[in-house]
Amino acid sequence: MEKKRASLLRNPGVQTLLSSLLCILLGLVIGYIALLIINPAGAWGAITAIVKNFWNYGRTNLQLRYLGNTLVKTAPLLMCSLSVLFAYKVGLFNIGAAGQYVAGAGAALYFALALKMPWWVCMIAAILAGAVLGCISGALKSFCNVNEVISCIMLNWIALYTVNSLLNPVKNPTSPYTMGLTSVNPEAVMPSLGIEKLFTNNRYTTLAIPLAIVIAVLIWVLLSKTKLGYELKATGLNKHAAKYAGMREKTNIILTMAIAGGLAGLGAAMMYLTGFEEWSVTQSSVPAMGFNGIAAAFLGGLHPIGAIFSSFFIQHITNGGGYVDMTMYSSDISDFISSMIIYLCGFVLFFRQFMSSRLARRDEARKGGKQ
Amino acid sequence: MLLLIQYTLIFASVLLLVALGGCFSEHSGVINIGLEGIMVFGALGGALMMKYLPADAPAAVIILLSIGAAMLVGIIYSLLLAVAAINFKADQTLVGTAMNLLGVAAATVFVKAINTAENPNNVSSTIQYINAKKAFLVNIGGFEFNWFMALAVALLLLSWVLLYKTRFGLRLQACGEHPQAADSVGINVYKMRYAGVMLSGLLGGVGGLVYITAGVSEWKFENGVAGFGFLALAVMIFGQWKPFRIALAALLFGLFRALSNVYTGFDFLASLNLPSTVYNMLPYIISLIVLALTSQKSAAPKAEGIPYDKGSR
Repeated sequence: MEKKRASLLRNPGVQTLLSSLLCILLGLVIGYIALLIINPAGAWGAITAIVKNFWNYGRTNLQLRYLGNTLVKTAPLLMCSLSVLFAYKVGLFNIGAAGQYVAGAGAALYFALALKMPWWVCMIAAILAGAVLGCISGALKSFCNVNEVISCIMLNWIALYTVNSLLNPVKNPTSPYTMGLTSVNPEAVMPSLGIEKLFTNNRYTTLAIPLAIVIAVLIWVLLSKTKLGYELKATGLNKHAAKYAGMREKTNIILTMAIAGGLAGLGAAMMYLTGFEEWSVTQSSVPAMGFNGIAAAFLGGLHPIGAIFSSFFIQHITNGGGYVDMTMYSSDISDFISSMIIYLCGFVLFFRQFMSSRLARRDEARKGGKQ
Repeated sequence: MLLLIQYTLIFASVLLLVALGGCFSEHSGVINIGLEGIMVFGALGGALMMKYLPADAPAAVIILLSIGAAMLVGIIYSLLLAVAAINFKADQTLVGTAMNLLGVAAATVFVKAINTAENPNNVSSTIQYINAKKAFLVNIGGFEFNWFMALAVALLLLSWVLLYKTRFGLRLQACGEHPQAADSVGINVYKMRYAGVMLSGLLGGVGGLVYITAGVSEWKFENGVAGFGFLALAVMIFGQWKPFRIALAALLFGLFRALSNVYTGFDFLASLNLPSTVYNMLPYIISLIVLALTSQKSAAPKAEGIPYDKGSR
């Protein structure tokens, strides 16, 4: 029995899971301390409101409805986190998921509102727009040796300003937001396929939610079960060795960034083609979705299946931030907690090494006792 | 024209200060992607100091105290990177990214809490410092000279001396090029890397303060610093990690950033009738092109980004 528990702790998957849970716990504790500093009176209420999210409602049908709202935004977040983790497996830090997401949003909404295309055309346009942006970073990296982090950040801002002016013609005349999808072009709304019935007729829950999970599984298959995935990972580990082994390392880098960009672009389609939110053409900061994708990717232990759960968790507390007592705190506290969690994810390697070395030391001590 | 020069110089000062910060950190062997977050925190420290200082305080006191506050807060915030990257061997890109997100989120939460405590109806994340800001400005015949420009030049000279003419600077560079060799001759690599990161916190913090006082007299902390920390990294790469080249690169990038503020004042630019978004994008596009052209032969410190492990060969 004792032996079995020890070997379970030694399993890298279990270690990653434990480290992620530790990150979440520490992140929440630090968030709680921040709330205590701001105003001790309501701190416990606020932190429980964040963690409860849709359970803040008493009735089951309302809970389901608001669970649906969380899931609507979980799907795009999952896509962004897959984008980040896919690139990371190939040794690239895709901080540009945010910009690729913006490009996807621009393409999806432009095809839907200006060209009046059906939803699947808009979705493909979004994927392509994200992929093109990813390609640019990939090409700059492989041909010009430009650090992908810097080029991605520059492209984030370029994408934001481009999309703002692209969508300016299709905005509502009286507000800075783009026109409503359901009123202008109902064809462009993703089909619900009866999923809305599960969430008390929440009409924003669409095909996007199951599709996101399917894609997470596909990415896992691609990375761990196919030749292409093997080649990409080999390129990430050592591009010179990959080149020596006959792999086209430059093409692989560009292809990776294209796939990562396509994933983030698809995420934007899953967000904006539900009609859940409109794009504000005056926004002056890049949407947080892509950056939260980084949090979800690392919290999920850089595993596509783990990303499903971590994306849900990040979105859960982000939505939960909306339920804190606004007279005392701001909803940004949940951004604070999730960024704290990303910071703590930097220590995961250390947690795991610490666990392994403790186990090794205990084994040694036991062996010493027997002799 | 005078306005263009004025804006160019002030934005160049921001980029120069922050890029020098990045330069110190990278010469010690730590990649500092978190400069953006450090800028936000430095700006927060300086803005709070300006907000709470009495309005009738002498100009010199306001200048010294707010710069001091920005430096101090920047250094403290940079310790987050130092601890994670040096002691815990964390992924420096990941920690830096987290610091950028954390910087904006924490500053927003903090400023909103202060504002709401003062006035329950005020839920904005804006700090105003109209009066205190005047202390930094000296009007010379229509040209608004800003003390920060002088500070940037002084720190540039100081950085050059520190990096190339002192024992400390040479040791710092050794830690970024070949930490094992540095260690073998008795240099404490961990201490030097702490020094490098903390210097980048100091410079990044001041840079943040200069940025938020550049064109406006109040700052909405939700907006962060609009990618300026990353522009500064591009400036640093374009400047090949050398202070004077960084200064030239900062002037070039500052010019393009300034154009977006003042392009309407030039007849030939206004007659082109380009949308304002083009000018907003310009610094980012230029930096991509410049990076594409200059990154091939890079003079980056050899050991940057690699955690130092005494046990490894």
